[in-house]
Amino acid sequence: MTNLQQELQEVKDSVLTMLKLVLHQLEKSGDAFINYDEALAEEVIASEKRVNAMELTIDKHCENIFALFNPVASDLRFVISFLKMNSDIERIGDYADGIADYVIDLKRQIDKSAIEKARLPEMFDIAYNMLDMVIVSIESDNAELPRQVFKKDRELNKINHAAADLVEKLVAENPATTQESLYLFSTIKKVERIGDHIKNIAEDWIFYLDGEVLKHKKSVKKRKD
Amino acid sequence: MAKSNFKIETKNIDAYYGDKKVLHGINLQMEANTVTAFIGPSGCGKSTFLRIINRMNDYIDGFRKEGEMLIDGKDIYKKKVRIEELRKQVGMVFQKPNPFPKSIYENVVYGLRIQGINKRAILDEVVEKTLKQAALWEEVKDDLKKNALSLSGGQQQRLCIARTMAVEPSIILMDEPASALDPISTAKIEELIYQLKQDYTIVIVTHNMHQAGRVSDKTAFFLMGDLVEYDDTKTIFTKPKDERTENYITGKFG
Repeated sequence: MTNLQQELQEVKDSVLTMLKLVLHQLEKSGDAFINYDEALAEEVIASEKRVNAMELTIDKHCENIFALFNPVASDLRFVISFLKMNSDIERIGDYADGIADYVIDLKRQIDKSAIEKARLPEMFDIAYNMLDMVIVSIESDNAELPRQVFKKDRELNKINHAAADLVEKLVAENPATTQESLYLFSTIKKVERIGDHIKNIAEDWIFYLDGEVLKHKKSVKKRKD
Repeated sequence: MAKSNFKIETKNIDAYYGDKKVLHGINLQMEANTVTAFIGPSGCGKSTFLRIINRMNDYIDGFRKEGEMLIDGKDIYKKKVRIEELRKQVGMVFQKPNPFPKSIYENVVYGLRIQGINKRAILDEVVEKTLKQAALWEEVKDDLKKNALSLSGGQQQRLCIARTMAVEPSIILMDEPASALDPISTAKIEELIYQLKQDYTIVIVTHNMHQAGRVSDKTAFFLMGDLVEYDDTKTIFTKPKDERTENYITGKFG
């Protein structure tokens, strides 16, 4: 293994560690919101600092690799893709932190049937599943799995799309819990954004493996012929 | 014979040193006013190939080549081609700067004097023009009588480039022109190569991958006498098609 390969492996290990940390944050923030668990929410908020610190370390590491090793070809794509993933992972951490903040702010349980109607638990499951797929594909050098992530992201978008009408109905039917409905709506938006960031990570991973730029392509083209 | 659209074009070049075949059927086409970099591990045949472009191998014992080497569509190995004429058209810059132990001025006009050009006004004009082109004029204009050997390595190399340009070639071959120079001099040579392609077709052999990336339009990767891959430099350094190219430029072998 060349010195550069060793450096790249270290970046990959750090990114995977950060991904797993954020995966737990996502899971906990979902549980905390759905079941109103303040202690769990505090845990998510506490780990946010660690994610931010990891982001800075990985940034610096990539900058050093550019400066000292002048990577080319697949090595270059590797550093570019992991550097971009790094900021997306941090953003996912931010959103999980934001959801945990809602739990602390709202200080009460949102009606479970409303949560179910809005399909929020399903959204958290899908996002968790997407992120897990990304982790597995990076660990196993798999290029096919991330393509399934795109399909799942479209499901998230669909649920999110229906949320505005649904929340409007909830508010109309039960004006007393308008605040809860708004928090529910905001959380749905956040999970949808989390899905977008996971999709970015999957795209970056494919860019490294294939040198293929998927960003801003129509979703149909994202599948290999 | 149909005239080629390429400045340099080779057709199925095989080369041998004695019984040893060192180049295997090289087909390569280079357009005018481009910079092409030859890369590959030592002994891959890239320098042999470079020297075929101006018949520098002709006097090497046991050297033999097959196939065609066309410049402006004409095979330079045809009997009627005069080698001095060819060398005028195809200049060469070597790894180690090799100025003559003469003044800066006499170094630049050396080729012209051989051609019998001795008119002071013409020589003066060529000296100023080529030293300016070689980005050396400002540094030496006040003392052109100074011995060329007293210049720094980087200055000597730029002088050699000026000397090459003085006879107005259309092609300049460079065999690792910056490998003996410090980073500042290297940057000056690279900047020069970039500017020179407006007027010349340049072929450069380099062991420095990043130099190839910085100066060339096209890159050819040689390995054990084969031309493995020839493509836009951007493609070679971001997404080469052949795994051997990828392994070489990322330092995984060679």
